[in-house]
Amino acid sequence: MSRLDVRKTYKLYIGGKFPRSESGRSYEVVSAAGEFLANAAMGSRKDVRDAVVAARAALPGWSGATAYNRGQVLYRVAEVLEGRRAQFVEEVAASEGLTAGAAGAVVDAAIDRVVWYSGWTDKIAQVLGNLNPVAGPFFNVSAPEPTGVVGVLAPQASSLLGLVSVVAPVIASGNTAVVVSSAARPLPAVTFSEVLATSDVPGGVVNIVTAQTAEVATWLAAHRDVNGIDLTGVAGADGVDWAALEAEAAGNLKRVYRPALADGAPVEPDWSADPGLGRIRAFVETKTVWHPKGL
Amino acid sequence: MVTVSTTTRTAQDLAAQARDVLGVSRLTNHALTSWLHGLPGVDQVGCEARAASLGTRSIKTTSKAWAIDTAIGMIDLTTLEGSDTVGKVRSLCAKALVPDPLDPTTPRPAAICVYGDMVATAKAALGDSGIHVAAVATAFPSGRASMPVKLADTRDAVEAGADEIDMVIDRGAFLSGDYLTVFNQIAEVKQACGTAHLKVIMETGELVTYDNVRRASYLSMLAGGDFIKTSTGKVQPAATLPVTLIMLEAVRDWRDLTGSQVGVKPAGGIKTTKDAIKYLVMVSEIAGDDWLSPEWFRFGASSLLNDLILQRQKLATGAYSGADYVTID
Amino acid sequence: MPKFEYAPAPESRAIVTIEKSYGLFIDGGFTRPKATFPTVNPADETVLAEVSQAGPEDVDKAVAAARRAYEGVWGRMSGAERGKYLFRIARILQERAREFAVLETLDNGKPIKETRDVDVPVAAAHFFYHAGWADKLEYAGLSASGADVPRPHGVVGQVIPWNFPLLMLAWKIAPALATGNTVVLKPAETTPLSALLFAEVCQQADLPAGVVNIITGDGRTGQALVEHPDVDKIAFTGSTDVGKAIARSIAGTSKKATLELGGKAANIVFDDAPLDQAVEGIVNGIFFNQGQVCCAGSRLLVQENVHDQVVAKLKRRLGTLRVGDPMDKNSDLGAINSKAQLDRITSLVEAGVAEGAERWSPECTLPAKGYWFPPTVLTGVSQTHRVATEEIFGPVLSVLTFRTPQEAVAKANNSAYGLSAGVWTEKGSRILWMADQLKAGVVWANTFNRFDPTSPFGGYKESGYGREGGRHGLEAYVTTAPSTLTGAAR
Repeated sequence: MSRLDVRKTYKLYIGGKFPRSESGRSYEVVSAAGEFLANAAMGSRKDVRDAVVAARAALPGWSGATAYNRGQVLYRVAEVLEGRRAQFVEEVAASEGLTAGAAGAVVDAAIDRVVWYSGWTDKIAQVLGNLNPVAGPFFNVSAPEPTGVVGVLAPQASSLLGLVSVVAPVIASGNTAVVVSSAARPLPAVTFSEVLATSDVPGGVVNIVTAQTAEVATWLAAHRDVNGIDLTGVAGADGVDWAALEAEAAGNLKRVYRPALADGAPVEPDWSADPGLGRIRAFVETKTVWHPKGL
Repeated sequence: MVTVSTTTRTAQDLAAQARDVLGVSRLTNHALTSWLHGLPGVDQVGCEARAASLGTRSIKTTSKAWAIDTAIGMIDLTTLEGSDTVGKVRSLCAKALVPDPLDPTTPRPAAICVYGDMVATAKAALGDSGIHVAAVATAFPSGRASMPVKLADTRDAVEAGADEIDMVIDRGAFLSGDYLTVFNQIAEVKQACGTAHLKVIMETGELVTYDNVRRASYLSMLAGGDFIKTSTGKVQPAATLPVTLIMLEAVRDWRDLTGSQVGVKPAGGIKTTKDAIKYLVMVSEIAGDDWLSPEWFRFGASSLLNDLILQRQKLATGAYSGADYVTID
Repeated sequence: MPKFEYAPAPESRAIVTIEKSYGLFIDGGFTRPKATFPTVNPADETVLAEVSQAGPEDVDKAVAAARRAYEGVWGRMSGAERGKYLFRIARILQERAREFAVLETLDNGKPIKETRDVDVPVAAAHFFYHAGWADKLEYAGLSASGADVPRPHGVVGQVIPWNFPLLMLAWKIAPALATGNTVVLKPAETTPLSALLFAEVCQQADLPAGVVNIITGDGRTGQALVEHPDVDKIAFTGSTDVGKAIARSIAGTSKKATLELGGKAANIVFDDAPLDQAVEGIVNGIFFNQGQVCCAGSRLLVQENVHDQVVAKLKRRLGTLRVGDPMDKNSDLGAINSKAQLDRITSLVEAGVAEGAERWSPECTLPAKGYWFPPTVLTGVSQTHRVATEEIFGPVLSVLTFRTPQEAVAKANNSAYGLSAGVWTEKGSRILWMADQLKAGVVWANTFNRFDPTSPFGGYKESGYGREGGRHGLEAYVTTAPSTLTGAAR
């Protein structure tokens, strides 16, 4: 007589807690092969609204923490992710239709990607900032600061590696994030939020809303209390017009990270490639300070 | 039995003394501003680092026992709620008289601190135990009332038998640079105190910067305060270690300057024995031994007393104690 | 007798196991102890352990092991993988923090409060910081051109001093490994134990054999290492005299060197300084680590119009400085590291008094055994006094005055050294002007003795050359010369 397993409930991750959608809705998530995996919460615009509130509340603490501290927290995320490797391999294999071996490589790459970004936190200022030799007796320095609350449309296909590749660069520099997960492959994102919740990441720094991208993306793009938006997840998302999203974002001049394009159409990037600094640069502001030098 | 130094001062005396300290013929706001703004500044990072470093002192065994008993003796056991009743005040006084029924060797706090209209109740309840009654006055906690109202508030408490008055400064006047008004108000309240000793609450949480805390400390001492006190406890942040450090430096330097010793009272937010011991370390290493008595240092606290008693019990029995073994007030 | 007496608060020794004797850590394992000499606890002169004197053959073996590890494993490993080893090491240091703090206090004589709160955490932070650089070197602005990944030298020989044994080890090993070099490191002869315990950390982290080698010994071992023909680069922290000898010995060769040497820093206090914090900065500047710090604020340059006030505040403050058993958590000042150092301090202070300085110390009871010197203030010091020009490397402050900012700068710079300086004033423009004028590699304004792995440290003039820490600190460990490895990876 085989033992019946206790199935996981997949909820949203907002403000460090795991609420159900305020809409009470959920939707069926199936594996790449079409088998039922779970009912995921179907996030609504109000859930996105609540997530933005949580992200804004968490911003002073996270951006005010030392870069060293943020690096420690991100490294802890990698530690906990590594500890849960087997669970993620299973979930990614089922969600993306990969063999165990291929899924293992993806999870390893995701862990290493988090490690990569954890090592960036206390170097961003050294690489992106500098003194400016102005023509006068002034001390003049330019330094990067986090932009604020950043909305992220996570990749549709790469449900873990792609996810960490868009979230980590946003928070490494001190921003907080509101993430809309892949619509068809949301489960690794929920399990990832469990990793965040147990890794000393303060509540609200990352918020993950599982939802139909087309339904909530506009609300996020138009939200006046969101300072930046990463449109990566439009590639492969049904019913999403990224140009319209960018136009909405212009309402408060959000900083927009456009999707990768191939032949004019959005595509998901190759996540195995070297990330570079682009996603970090996209969501920092440069502050320049002058001070006279004299007796 | 607590003894406190106090002398009756008139506002006129205080003004004359102030002119003398400043070296001016007229006490104007300009003169006060020059004097206060000429004090050395405080570097926030350095000040907080020093306070934190003093907080790493490891106080164990005999020194811990001494510190616990000393701290208990320095408490102004406080209730300042709109809902205070005669019953509540009597209960608090009973707690002050018998802090730990399981251990009669437990010292008593220095004073009870209540609103002015509860002074008579407290006095009656405390009898001739020697525990003082301190009353908050001057439209505590905001201080936003006319001077006649604030003085009437003070006199009522004094007439009811208060040994000590805890007044609030006019923070609006201070923050808008009207130091002369702040001075005059303190001096007049000091005069109204008669033989009661005066603590001046600066409400450091509203003053915000350490530079302001230093200036307010000096102004309060100049104007006749017997004690400078951090907070009303109704505003966050209340007492902190760095703020108290600045105040301890101020009273130390004031004695060097004028020969006169002023006490210090941090109030609000001091809940644990660990905190209290950090404050005592700071008193010892910043101001010195002369301030290590209830005559010159007080804790404005309520729940601290029970935590000190719990720690005292642990030292006596060797086991961690719990809420069932301390009485509520 | 103070009213508030602090009862003894000793940290327990039980957490650390010290072996009776140690061999050398070469190629991933310990050799058998031989040619041993003792290392003592300077607080009470008891012998802690015997350690081996590495001879020329041992140096050969260590360098050969480092070379094999570089060519076979480390020099070919991806930066990401190297980084993960360094992250492991950082984590283990954090996990074993108390053990290292206790061991360091026993071997060096500095208070447990300092090893616990400064030496060990900052050492771990150095490994964390550099772990993150290992796979990002192309961003560090060090490449000859474009986005090349800068290449390591190969085998690095490192000689460190006794004043911050574990921290100096971290400052040396972390950047060397992050950039892809392998290491042979010699700790100081009086403080070998934390380096030998660090070897255990390397083993726990599964660091490939030969990547880090620890050889103990005295100056002869250091010389053999520095002069070894198969060492590509040398990193040395220690006295200026030895630094000069090293510079001479590598002349005409292809060997690179970075030197972090002595100092005689001026701690400059203006009349508008935040005075109480300035006094703390003065105290921290010269009494932290018993003044045995290359960047110590050993010359107080105080504006003449506040001299008396500052000195009075300083003397009063020193009354609460606690000198005593380094293992007591309340000790602020511990023992001097060795008899030789104690003698040197004593004779220099005597010279200072003979030159006309007035000597003052707070009352303190020094333990009967061990190497102890009371915190000392010398006032009335002039620029030409030996106590103003020579590095004492002890808890001795020389006090001089100045009148104007220009005079302060002139006196501060009037030295063959140029490691650090302190400036105390509330005026921002003056801080920045002074920072521009001071010939010092590190300028601390309204603070002192602050160290961070992201912040480059190193000197001008005879305080040495090269920087440690920060992006700039990586420079010394990479080269634009072509790689010697065939098929080298990133």
